[in-house]
Amino acid sequence: MIRLNVNGEDREVDVDPDTPLLWVLRDELQLTGTKYGCGIAACGACTVHMDGFPTRSCQTRVSDVEGAKITTIEGVDGKAASAVQAAWRELDVPQCGYCQSGQILAATALLAETPKPSDDDIDAAMSGNVCRCATYHRIRAAIHRASETMEG
Amino acid sequence: MLHLMQRMANAAPRPSRRSFLKLSAGAAGGLLIGVKLPGSLAQAAEGAASDQMFTPFVRITPDNLVTVLNKHLDMGQGNATGLATLVAEELDASTEQMRAEFAPADNAKYQNLLFGVQGTGGSTAIANSFEQYRKAGATARAMLVAAAAEAWGVAASEISVKAGTLSHPSGKSATFGEMAAAAAALDVPGDVTLKTPDQWVYIGKGFPRLDVANKTVGAPNTYGMDVQRDDQLVAVLTRPRAFGATVASLNADEARKVAGVVDVIDVPGHGVAVLATSTWPAIKAQGLLEIEWDESTAETRSSDALFDEYRKLAQAEGPVFRHDGDAAAQLEGAANVVEETFEFPYLAHGMMEPMVLTIHVEGDRATLWHPSQFQTSDQATAAAVLGIPQENVTVNTLYAGGSFGRRATPDARHVVEAATIAKIWGKSQPIKLVYTREDDTRAGYYRPMGVHKVRAGLDADGNLVAWHHRIVQQSLMSGTAFESFAVKDGIDSTSVEGVEDFSYAVSAFHGELHSPKVGVPVLWWRSVGHTQTAYVVETMIDRAAEAAGADPVAFRRAHLTRKTGSDAHDADNARKLGVLDKVVEMSGWGEGAPQGRFRGVAVHKSFNTYVAEVAEVSRRDDGTFKVEKVWCAVDCGVAVNPDNVKAQMEGGIGYGLGAILFDEITLTDGHVDQENFDTYRPLRMEDMPAVEVEVIASAAAPTGAGEPGTPPIGPAVANAIRAATGSVPSVLPLSKAGLA
Ligand code: FES
Ligand code: FES
Repeated sequence: MIRLNVNGEDREVDVDPDTPLLWVLRDELQLTGTKYGCGIAACGACTVHMDGFPTRSCQTRVSDVEGAKITTIEGVDGKAASAVQAAWRELDVPQCGYCQSGQILAATALLAETPKPSDDDIDAAMSGNVCRCATYHRIRAAIHRASETMEG
Repeated sequence: MLHLMQRMANAAPRPSRRSFLKLSAGAAGGLLIGVKLPGSLAQAAEGAASDQMFTPFVRITPDNLVTVLNKHLDMGQGNATGLATLVAEELDASTEQMRAEFAPADNAKYQNLLFGVQGTGGSTAIANSFEQYRKAGATARAMLVAAAAEAWGVAASEISVKAGTLSHPSGKSATFGEMAAAAAALDVPGDVTLKTPDQWVYIGKGFPRLDVANKTVGAPNTYGMDVQRDDQLVAVLTRPRAFGATVASLNADEARKVAGVVDVIDVPGHGVAVLATSTWPAIKAQGLLEIEWDESTAETRSSDALFDEYRKLAQAEGPVFRHDGDAAAQLEGAANVVEETFEFPYLAHGMMEPMVLTIHVEGDRATLWHPSQFQTSDQATAAAVLGIPQENVTVNTLYAGGSFGRRATPDARHVVEAATIAKIWGKSQPIKLVYTREDDTRAGYYRPMGVHKVRAGLDADGNLVAWHHRIVQQSLMSGTAFESFAVKDGIDSTSVEGVEDFSYAVSAFHGELHSPKVGVPVLWWRSVGHTQTAYVVETMIDRAAEAAGADPVAFRRAHLTRKTGSDAHDADNARKLGVLDKVVEMSGWGEGAPQGRFRGVAVHKSFNTYVAEVAEVSRRDDGTFKVEKVWCAVDCGVAVNPDNVKAQMEGGIGYGLGAILFDEITLTDGHVDQENFDTYRPLRMEDMPAVEVEVIASAAAPTGAGEPGTPPIGPAVANAIRAATGSVPSVLPLSKAGLA
C-alpha cells in the first residue's frame, strides 16, 4: 500500500511502486481531469501541483510522492486558480480542451509565484505545456487577464 | 462499405423539402423536435417504427433545459455551441438554458447533409446544419407558443418569446420547461418561418461556448480517454514497425509477468495486444514484448527513396487535372519564366488526445464509447467485424481531444482493431483500446508527402500568361469507400484541390497529377490538399510578382481584378480581394515592415471560405526565423459565432505554423523514425505569434471555419522569409534548411 495526499485527502493505493502518478490518479483514484499526452514529460497534459510546484505526473513514480501534497485540476483552488479558471472561461480559451487542465495548473503556479508576469515569463513558464489546438494566443491573454483580476 | 459509397452518390435532399414533425415524447418527457426525411431514405426506412424516422435535434425538459443533439463530433472546433446557437436563435432561448449532447450513430436520422453519411469533416458542420437546426428551433418555438396560447386562452400571435420566457401582454408568462409537456401533446406546424438576419440576436453576435466550463475543471467522462466501465480491460496494441509487416515470432514471457496483465494476444493483421486491468501495466508490458516481424510483404522503402522516385515522376507527364489554353506554347513565348520544385513531408496529426476507443460486446450487441468522427462507418465496421447487424451497434460519442482529421478514417482501422481484440478475447468485458503517444505517431494515416513542380510564365508587361503545375502525391481516396465519389479519371480531387480551381487571371493553365502507390496509410490532415497547394501557388505568385517587379499585394490585386473568362473564378476573386484588402488594411502593408521585420502575404480559398494572412517575421542570430505577428481576414459567409471563427483562425494558424516550421514523418527502411513529442516537435508557447483576426461581414450562406485558417500561414511565412533572404524555401519543414 502506498499512501498519498491528493487534494487534501489521504488516499491509499495498491499499485506497483514504479507506477507513474498519472495512472494512479486516473485509473485508481478516478481523477481523470489529469491527462495523458506523451508519457515522457514533453507535453504538460499531466501537470499537477506537488507542494505547489507544477510537476509532470507521467514521469513521477507514485512511490516518490509519499508525504507530498498533490493537487490536481479537480482540487486546485485559491486566488490564482480561481482567477485563472475565470479568465479561461471569459476568453473562451479551450478548443478541444484536452491540454487545459495542465495549462491551468501551470498558469496557476506561475501567477502564485509571479503575480504580474511578462510575456517572457509566460513563455518560460508555459513552454512545457503543449496545446495542439494552438490556443496559446488566448492562454497568454487569459494569464494577463487573470493577473489583472487578482489585483482587484 | 459499398453502401457508404451509394449514399454518398445519392446527393443529399434539399433541406427546403423537409418537413418537421414531432416525435413521440422522449424518455425524459417534454418536447422532442425532429425532421422528417423525404425521398429515398425515408422510403428505405419504411416498415420501421414511425418515430424512428424522425431526427430529434432538440429536447426540452420540464427542468427548463434545452438540449441540442449534435449530430457532429466536436473535436475543439466548437460545433456543439454552433448548433446550439442556431436552435437558441430561432427558439428565443436564453444562453444559460442551452445544453449540448452528442447524437447517437444513426445515419437515417443524423447524416451530414453534404456527405449522405453521418460524419464530420471538410469544415461542413455549420454549413450543412444551418437551415436544419434553425428549423428545429423555430418548430419548437411555434409549439411552445401554441401550448401557451391554449393554456392562457389567448391568440398565439399575441404571445412573445424572449430569452427563454413566453409572455402575454395580460401579464401571463411561463418558462419553456413549464410549457414543454403541453407543447409535446400538440400537432407539429406544417411550416415555420425563420427569422431574417436583421432579427438575429445570437447569430453573428456571440454565444458562450457550452463546453468551456467543463473543460476548465477537468470534468469526468468528457473524452474517450476518460471512459472507465465496470470490469473494463485496457488493451495496448503493438503494431508492426513497417506498414504491412506481420508477426513472425513472439515472446511475451516477461510481459506476462507484469502485475495486472491479464493476457497477451496475437491479433492477426494488426499486431500483438496486451490486455491488463489498467493502463500502466499494459504500457509497461508492451515495452517487454519481444516481437520479430516478417517484413516480406511490408512497405520497406525509406522516405528519401520515395522522394527520389517522386522527383523522377515530377519530370514525366501524368494524368491531366486541368487544361485551359496552350500553357506549353505560352511558356515558350514568355518574357519571364519562374520555376520551382517543392517537397512536402508526411505529417502526423498529433492531436493531444491519442486515439482511443472502448468497446463492449454482449452477445449480438456491441457498444462503443469514443470520439467518433465517422459514426456511420465506425458503426458499420464494428458490426462487420463482429458479424452482427449494424443497428445492434450503439455508438456513444464523446468530446475529442483534437482530431485534425485523424479520427475520420474511411477504413475505421481503430474500430477494426478494438472489435477484433474483443472478438478474440471472447469474454463479455469492456475493452478500452489505448494508443500510447508512440503508437499514435507511428500508426500511419499521415498527411501524404508530395512533390510539386511548377513553371509560371509572364509577358513583358508582367502579366501572368502560363501556369504549368505537376503534382506527385499518394491518393487519399483510392481504395476507400470514397473512391467513386472523389477519384475521377485517375484524379483524386483531394490531391489537386486548391490548385485545380486556380483563379488568378492567366492565359493558359495546365495541371497534371501522378498518384504513386505507397504502402503507408495516408489521410486528410487539417485542410487536406490545401496544405500543399496553397503553399505552392501562393509562394509561386510571390516569385512571379518579383519577376514582374511588382509588390506582392499589387500583383495579386491585378490578377484578381482582371476578368478570367470563368464566372466561378471571377466570383472567387471578388471574395479573395475582399479578404486581401482587409488584411492589407489591418497590417498596414503599404507602410512596410518595421526595422528588422519582414512580411509576407497569402490568400487562399478552401472549403468555400476565403482567408488572407500577412505574417511578420524576424531573424534570430542563428539564422532561424521567428514569426512575430499574423494578421488574418476571413470571409466564411455568415459567421454564426464570430469569436469562435476567430478562435479557429488562431488555432488553424498555429497548427499549420508548427508543421511548416518543424514537422516531418520520415521512414528508414519503412520504419517511422519519429515517436513522440521529443522527435515530432509541436509548436509551443514561445513559437506562437500574436494573431489578429477580422471576420468579414457577409450575408452569404455560412461556410467552414475549422480548416481554412491553416493553408495561408505556410506561404505567408515563406514569403516573409523570401523578403528577408531573397529565396522562397521550397523544402519543408523549414527546420530542415536551418530556417526554424
Ligand atoms: S503526459 Fe506527462 S508531460 Fe505529456
Ligand atoms: S485545447 Fe486542444 S490541445 Fe489545447
